[in-house]
Amino acid sequence: MFEVAEAAVEAALAAGARYADARGMYQRNESMAARNGDVEDLAQRESVGVGVRALVGSSWGFVAVPDPTDAEARRAGERAAAVARASAQVPGPDVTLVPIEVRQDSWASPCEEDPLSVPLTEKGDLVAGVTATMRAAGASLAEASYQVWDTTKWFVSSEGSRIDQRVRECGAAMSATAIGEGETQRRSYPGIRGQYGTRGWELVRELDLPAHAARIAEEAQALLTAPECPAGETTLILGSEQMALQIHESVGHATELDRILGWEAAYAGTSWLDLAKLGQLRFGSDLMTITADATLPGALGSFGYDDEGTPAAPQDIVRDGIWTGVLSGRDSASVAGLSYGGMVRADGWARLPMVRMTNVGLLPGDSSLAEMVAATEDGILMDTNRSWSIDDRRLNFQFGCEVGWEIRNGRRGRMLRNPTYTGISPRFWGSMDMIGNRSEWTFWGTPNCGKGQPSQVGHTGHPSVPARFQGVRVGVRG
Amino acid sequence: MTGNAREQLAARVLDLARSVAGPSAQAEVTVSSTVRGLTRFARSFVHQNVVDTSERIRLRVVVDGSWAAVSTDRADSDSLLATVESAVAAARVRRPDAAFPGLAPPAPLAGGGNWDDATADATPDQRAAVVREFVAAADGLETAGYVESTRTESVYANTAGQTVSGRVTGAAADGIARVPGADGVARRGSVRLDELGGAGLGRIAAAKARAGASPVDLPPGDYEVVLEPACVADIVHFLLVHGFNGRPVGEGRSFVRPGEQQFDAALRIWDGPLDELSTALPYDVEGTPRQRLDLVVDGVSAAIAHDRRTAAAAGASSTGNAIDGGERWGAVPDQPRVGAGGGGSSADLAATMRRGLLVSDFWYTRILDPRTVVITGLTRNGVWLIEDGEIAAPVSTLRFTQSYPKALAPGAVLGVGSDASAVPVRSASELVHAPSLHLAGWHITGGAAG
Repeated sequence: MFEVAEAAVEAALAAGARYADARGMYQRNESMAARNGDVEDLAQRESVGVGVRALVGSSWGFVAVPDPTDAEARRAGERAAAVARASAQVPGPDVTLVPIEVRQDSWASPCEEDPLSVPLTEKGDLVAGVTATMRAAGASLAEASYQVWDTTKWFVSSEGSRIDQRVRECGAAMSATAIGEGETQRRSYPGIRGQYGTRGWELVRELDLPAHAARIAEEAQALLTAPECPAGETTLILGSEQMALQIHESVGHATELDRILGWEAAYAGTSWLDLAKLGQLRFGSDLMTITADATLPGALGSFGYDDEGTPAAPQDIVRDGIWTGVLSGRDSASVAGLSYGGMVRADGWARLPMVRMTNVGLLPGDSSLAEMVAATEDGILMDTNRSWSIDDRRLNFQFGCEVGWEIRNGRRGRMLRNPTYTGISPRFWGSMDMIGNRSEWTFWGTPNCGKGQPSQVGHTGHPSVPARFQGVRVGVRG
Repeated sequence: MTGNAREQLAARVLDLARSVAGPSAQAEVTVSSTVRGLTRFARSFVHQNVVDTSERIRLRVVVDGSWAAVSTDRADSDSLLATVESAVAAARVRRPDAAFPGLAPPAPLAGGGNWDDATADATPDQRAAVVREFVAAADGLETAGYVESTRTESVYANTAGQTVSGRVTGAAADGIARVPGADGVARRGSVRLDELGGAGLGRIAAAKARAGASPVDLPPGDYEVVLEPACVADIVHFLLVHGFNGRPVGEGRSFVRPGEQQFDAALRIWDGPLDELSTALPYDVEGTPRQRLDLVVDGVSAAIAHDRRTAAAAGASSTGNAIDGGERWGAVPDQPRVGAGGGGSSADLAATMRRGLLVSDFWYTRILDPRTVVITGLTRNGVWLIEDGEIAAPVSTLRFTQSYPKALAPGAVLGVGSDASAVPVRSASELVHAPSLHLAGWHITGGAAG
């Protein structure tokens, strides 16, 4: 595949490109879903192709072709240069790329047990079995699934990079839905999207789905008759899974440099952050330190090199509450006058690499969830994401959770249904006064982050801990 | 790949499936070729310009009542054999699917799909020309958006004797113009690239942006609203996925009760996969011919969308609405139409409001409860406060939390515009044709300030 990618790059240069790169990719994906005791869907997919990117003058062109021969790859390289020339009808400012060290390297994610080698019967028994358990425990609708991705990439650039990577990812999810007269209630484990990482099947075994199946079914049923989350302002404690969503939506997307620069203005949106305030703006309380770190072993946003050939490296995004960094690529960083990229990926050979979260997460503090509850006189604990909505500047959010619990006088009390909370990002993060410790630090994986046109599905990681916030508006409903 | 080559490849895959799994095995295969060109612009220049080609083979094999699906984009003999063997092996590890409804029987298509040669062969230069017109018409305002052209050619064949083919083109343009603190939007979808009209869209977007400058904040509360077609498209999407979809209906999770007057009598909704606006193939992923499906007739819930599985469970027939992944998500119409009324433009409808909001666009709408279809989301690209029929002030972004069926309930639709337009939903392949609606109430739960 290196040879095919090199042919594409050579052809793009010969056709007038001043820079070109190409990614050959071979992707295998397997997913299985079960419902109410039976496997309902089993799908396997393989895909191979090359995407070539060419820079002509100040304009980019990108062409992708499936399973190409050498000649077809060359043709794709020529077409990428032609597409770039068409872009010049509506030209922009000069494009430069921040320099990177040219590498020839191989990298692979850690994997103890190849997920695609685990027998299908065993995997089927797992997902069907837990749905049967949930049904028996009272779920009206019991669902479980797993997904596996095995991706090999060959990256070649006109600067001389030549890098191959193999990334194996997998994870699983299950949920129990109780259907009442007027509404439905759902409990999921381990989170609404499950849990995913750049690891082998050992991750799924560690989740131990069977141990939690009956419990979530019973909780879903109990939620139907639980009191509604009250409306008002209160002290809010969020579990680490909901915190992962909070980080993803209100910090991760807000600090994507392509959004900040206006490149995603028409669709994904922009950001409330102003580059002129980088390094000075207070994003949250002193307890808030967020990093983007693609080097975390096993986290879903980890890799050896991004899709521009930049080696993975940790980057401070917020340090002690001050906004200090962005998620960037080589061209966006250059426009912004920054020195680092390294956070650009595409979801397949047919898509243009774009700025993507890596593992954007909150560094732990020194409290525990139990201590937060004990230190709260009157509040609500919410966990497991249920709904998420945030404005196009990533400022005004309203999130819902599957379950809440009343907190009175330092004790967790009765369960609450339909808990929601809303806020303005810096005000909310500024109210954070307790965060969990390292023993509660979980690398949550989000396998369904949508962005871009054509739409791309990103895999992102979010290390997080439980945290407490003051004066939060809860119980918003229609 | 030519149409003949796709048909031959499909037949070859079916032969392979029977040779690997035995003559009694059932199988269905789809061979499709798609070329998509997308030219994106931001800050008034083209910043992304992509062309991707895909050749996809999707196979489902049924062995002794158990089935599995595989897909690949490799068509060489070794890869095809490996794909078929993989599907058969996967099917054999499953328990028989007692609810498997069988493969689609032979049935003729009512059409071959809407196709435009010029759109099928559109070049990056032609898409960039539409962008250039949009940018120029915005008259100096900053602009952003995309212009897309697509072509899809496909063959479906199964061992039950159904073989159908079709081809479609699609095009879409969607862009904003910006002034500080406000964006204005214009968008259009079509079968034909030359119908998009970049200049007209750019002028509309610029006018809206200028009209949205210096917005004011409004307090939460219930407001009368006029929702423009993009908002209506969003409402219809949720109603179809969570309401008129045979899967949630069968599981008791849907609000829809066929035969009941659940909506205002002014409302008509149908799926129009065969009309002149459609960018969909004339058959679904199970090979069932598509047809017009009347979902809401004069406010009465009239029909449920089915694939073969949900239809069998309900004792009905497939309506041709099977989708990729339908085993999990059910049956969803992808070419919805909302009947136009006589209310004129959104501005005409707004002129009849004593006090209310005119809303251009929704954003980030998410479901809070599937049963009641309570949605939270935000406004985007322009909201205006209307007083005594006139624009009183542009308004900052608003958050709403609203049951969509409740907003359309009997007596709640005060007017239906005659301004129906084709709204591309994420891409040219899903076009919603809808007019503006004047609704009695919309629950605003927050503003830009929280």
